Amino acid sequence: MKIEGKKQIWSSYQKEIANDNYYYARSCIRQNFFPGAENMFIKILREQLNKNIFDDERQTTCTGIGYHSSIVLPETTMTVIARQFSLMNEAGYDNFICSCVTSFGLYTEVIETWTHFPETLEKTKEYLYKSTGRTFQIPQNLVHASDIIYKFRYELLHKLKYKLIHHKTGKPLNVVEHIGCHYAKIFPHKGVGGAEYPHVLAGLIEAWGGNMVDYPERRHCCGFGFRQYLIKANRGYSYSHSLKKFESMQPYEVDLIITNCPGCNYFLDRWQYVAAIEEKKLFGAENKAIPVLTFEELAALLLGYDPWKIGLQMHQIPVEPLLDKIGITYNKKEKYFGTKPPQIPEILNYC
Amino acid sequence: MKTDVVVIGGGIAGLEASTALHNLGHHVILIEKKDILGGHVALWDKLFPNNKNASSIIHYLKDHLPQNLTILLSTEITNISKRNNSFFIETNFHQTIETKSVLVATGYDVFNAHLKEEYGYGIYDNVITSAELEEMFKNNKPILTKQGKEPSRIGFVHCVGSRDRKINNLYCSKVCCVTAVKQAIEIRQKLPFSETYCFYMDLRMYGLNFEELYNESQEKYGVTFIRGRLSEASETIDGKIIIKVEDTLLGRPLKMTMDMLVLMVGMVPSAGTSFLINKLDLLSNNGHFIASSDEHLLANYTNVNGVFVAGTASSPKSIDDTFADARSAVLAIHQYLTSQKM
Repeated sequence: MKIEGKKQIWSSYQKEIANDNYYYARSCIRQNFFPGAENMFIKILREQLNKNIFDDERQTTCTGIGYHSSIVLPETTMTVIARQFSLMNEAGYDNFICSCVTSFGLYTEVIETWTHFPETLEKTKEYLYKSTGRTFQIPQNLVHASDIIYKFRYELLHKLKYKLIHHKTGKPLNVVEHIGCHYAKIFPHKGVGGAEYPHVLAGLIEAWGGNMVDYPERRHCCGFGFRQYLIKANRGYSYSHSLKKFESMQPYEVDLIITNCPGCNYFLDRWQYVAAIEEKKLFGAENKAIPVLTFEELAALLLGYDPWKIGLQMHQIPVEPLLDKIGITYNKKEKYFGTKPPQIPEILNYC
Repeated sequence: MKTDVVVIGGGIAGLEASTALHNLGHHVILIEKKDILGGHVALWDKLFPNNKNASSIIHYLKDHLPQNLTILLSTEITNISKRNNSFFIETNFHQTIETKSVLVATGYDVFNAHLKEEYGYGIYDNVITSAELEEMFKNNKPILTKQGKEPSRIGFVHCVGSRDRKINNLYCSKVCCVTAVKQAIEIRQKLPFSETYCFYMDLRMYGLNFEELYNESQEKYGVTFIRGRLSEASETIDGKIIIKVEDTLLGRPLKMTMDMLVLMVGMVPSAGTSFLINKLDLLSNNGHFIASSDEHLLANYTNVNGVFVAGTASSPKSIDDTFADARSAVLAIHQYLTSQKM
């Protein structure tokens, strides 16, 4: 593996990322799966980077899952997205951050559509005005939340309490990065580093001391793939996709997986749990399952926030082995804030 | 300096044309940016379909060069302009050459395989180009992986940089199919216990004895041909290359592990060709090679009176086609210069 080759590609896929004053569009499913991630993102921007970010309670879904499942018409999706932009305009912002990778892909696709088909933009304006009385302007800067953390990764580095280094051996931890398909596979030039060798999370691993693992099935879908999971009969495909990735990364003795997409995080976490129970298979270093974190959770963890306040107990794969390697102290009893802990299967009950 | 014709490019087209024009009584100056003559052919080991030594072609052309032909090596053109019926060429040696006509024989560059990012060239250790494999053959280097082992399974990927909408090169580079067949046979000769696979869209065996070579590669050397284009290559922990490809004849996806992957890189206009297109306002074919005034009747003429083109500066060509094209250009220039004298 020649890192110089990757650097050459990364240099040709850079994008403009606004420096401050962001309008934040939350994800529908992330707030349910691991709600701490989005809160930590806002905290990091406000508390660590001193940035202005607006969290708007009036926003709605982007319709992404409905759109990709062909149950929401494109015209409806465009009108909903136009309303989000109208809310951003009303709040006085030009820079739009998507928390969700599906949303980011969809917003990008809609803006591209409007750019290439101005008559469609006019139709959307008409639909939005007739339905809500609103008008809108397209954002000056549209990015995914992981782009922001990437942009400020070195500023954050100076504030980190921990690094992606084993605190006893001093060796870099082996970290897999998984990028949501809709981040750059649809529009490679809209993603930091492009679609084949994205840099957006690899850059965090590099900057924060870890060793990025490039394994053969790195590009493969996480297993969410809407039609694999939303159609119940297809769920076997979802599991088999994830399994293919886990088996491929197993020889690298992975300590951590980080993701930037709600679905990827959920499925890489959940299907490891299923594989552990159903097939008695564990894929990480030291014959344990591999903790799966979002990029914000990782940033917050290394910045020194309490793991349980970040919400790491919401993941099904235990994170304690990772905390132990990094040298983060935590209180086992506070993991579930005094509530009854869930029943942990024996194979995963190693913490 | 004043001359009748400046030939730009010292590859096989430029050498052949320079000699022929000189022999027809015209004063010729040949300009070559490198310090050696022969172009890409000088870098090749054996030629398809008959295993002839590529160096024998270059030796023949050099041996037949007229003694008093002016050849400027290591010379780059910094500017070229047309005033009245003459062209003024400035070089990196601060020379100015005035000429009545120009033959553009600036050839091609090998496609930059980095642009096919999904194949991992420049990233994965055991992904190489056909040009690099040929260089190994020419210099008698052992065929080894980066890990120092003889590869037991080698894949050849056809059409890298050619016939590819994604990178906006829709044309066929013409020689890559048969080159892959030739190189796969050579691998089997050098490494008899290896397995070789060619991944192709369709095989364009258009030349005399090409089809025979293709048949021989299968019947005598056991080269396996799989119809399908790679979707991606990736690297295993021990440096092998995993490829994903659809076998479109069987209608099923394949995942195979290779010890070495050879990318059959096609032709793109050389930097010199692109430079002259800009400087002389030459028309090009869809932003690629130099356009002929008429593809059938005036193949060596360009839209600029007095500027002619030969060889792969106008389109991908085999060596045979390049020679024929160079000789055709010589006739066109001879007619042009003769009519001017009259």
